[in-house]
Amino acid sequence: MRYFAQVRALLWKDLVSELRTKEMVSSMLIFSFLVTVVFSFAFEPDSDTIKQVFPGIIWAAFIFTGILGLNRSFINEKGNDCIMGLMSAAVDKGVIFLGKMTGNFIFMTVMEAITLPVLFVLFDYRMKGSPILLIIVVVLGTLGFAAIGTFLSALSVNTSNSEVLLPIILFPLITPLLIAAVKATAVILAGGEFAEWSNWLTILLAYDIIFTVIPWFLVDYVLEV
Amino acid sequence: MVRKVLGWITFVMVLTATYLVFLWVPNEKVMGPVQKIFYFHVASAWIGFLAFFVVFIAGIAYLVTRNSFWDSVGAASAEIGVMFTTIVLITGPIWARSAWNAWWTWDPRLTTTLVLWFIYVAYLLIRSSVHEQEKKSRFSAVFGIVGFIDVPIVWFSIRWWRTIHPVVVDSSGLAMSSKMSFTLIFSVAAFTFLYFYLLSNSVFVERMRSELSELKEALLNR
Repeated sequence: MRYFAQVRALLWKDLVSELRTKEMVSSMLIFSFLVTVVFSFAFEPDSDTIKQVFPGIIWAAFIFTGILGLNRSFINEKGNDCIMGLMSAAVDKGVIFLGKMTGNFIFMTVMEAITLPVLFVLFDYRMKGSPILLIIVVVLGTLGFAAIGTFLSALSVNTSNSEVLLPIILFPLITPLLIAAVKATAVILAGGEFAEWSNWLTILLAYDIIFTVIPWFLVDYVLEV
Repeated sequence: MVRKVLGWITFVMVLTATYLVFLWVPNEKVMGPVQKIFYFHVASAWIGFLAFFVVFIAGIAYLVTRNSFWDSVGAASAEIGVMFTTIVLITGPIWARSAWNAWWTWDPRLTTTLVLWFIYVAYLLIRSSVHEQEKKSRFSAVFGIVGFIDVPIVWFSIRWWRTIHPVVVDSSGLAMSSKMSFTLIFSVAAFTFLYFYLLSNSVFVERMRSELSELKEALLNR
């Protein structure tokens, strides 16, 4: 119980500081709109092609925007050397990981909740499947991304070129997540059967579990003082 | 001494493997001489996977023992692995152009190998962007573990795409003539010796390097 109280305290700190500045979520939102606009210029927005690549556009926008948030999540702590305080605090390192991860997850979800409807409007996309399933896929995909992303962000913040390094070390590792999320989204948007998307959902779920548990164990070594 | 003996064995074996591949083994009926790239392609792929497995083991060993020897092993093995995976990614398309009439396809094996290559290039990048020795060892060990665990998941997620990569080894054994399978096994063995020879050399260089930096630091602190 104490453990969760600690996680909550850490999460609360991040949420409050974000609510006061509204720096991260607002810049993430603008960035994700910009990515969308870039895509509409890159592919003819009225053509049929856009219908086929729509799931990919959704996830490309989420991932590129997510990187921004992940980069800030530990770099923000560098001011006044807060990171040192965090690392030497008398809590389990797993608490820091879970707190940061939940924070990143929440910021990303807020961004996605606004971006997703905008994407549907801008590309005039009519979905045939169930919106609940789409939400489940988005949540599962974001969860896995936030988990491994927070972990690698904690690792890269201690390096000399952290902001460039993070995407380079993160993108190869999220390949399975990205493939599964895009495929599941595509099937669900087209109103596919259970058998068509259940495999992808299993991969997403397995990825989420594996890449929450393993970083949670290994974070001790990353945040060692 | 051990390194010298290993070096000579490797030299003779690689020389023999080259002879077997180019002069002894018959040409494949349909594909012709281009198929011979396969002996080195498979051997390199094997070394790539072996090297990354060693990175994984060395990472765990380093985190448990905190002995910098394991860090040197991991770093050396990752370098060799990236090199041989690069060879795989170059020899594959050369063969594929004549066999499939396409340089590249997004087949599970090809894609997984490419992602594997990216993961271990990231490993090397982490090493070059951390300057404190202890932190560098720790971070790369952690990343080597996470990266290796990711590989099977990458493989499974990509497998739902259609496979066109030839399956040479299945449950019924090797699907080729005896001369060919002998050449393949021999070149895999030769490359394995080459791997251990390169590994022992790079570990040696890595140890020298860290010893040098320790000496330099000691001199500065005097």
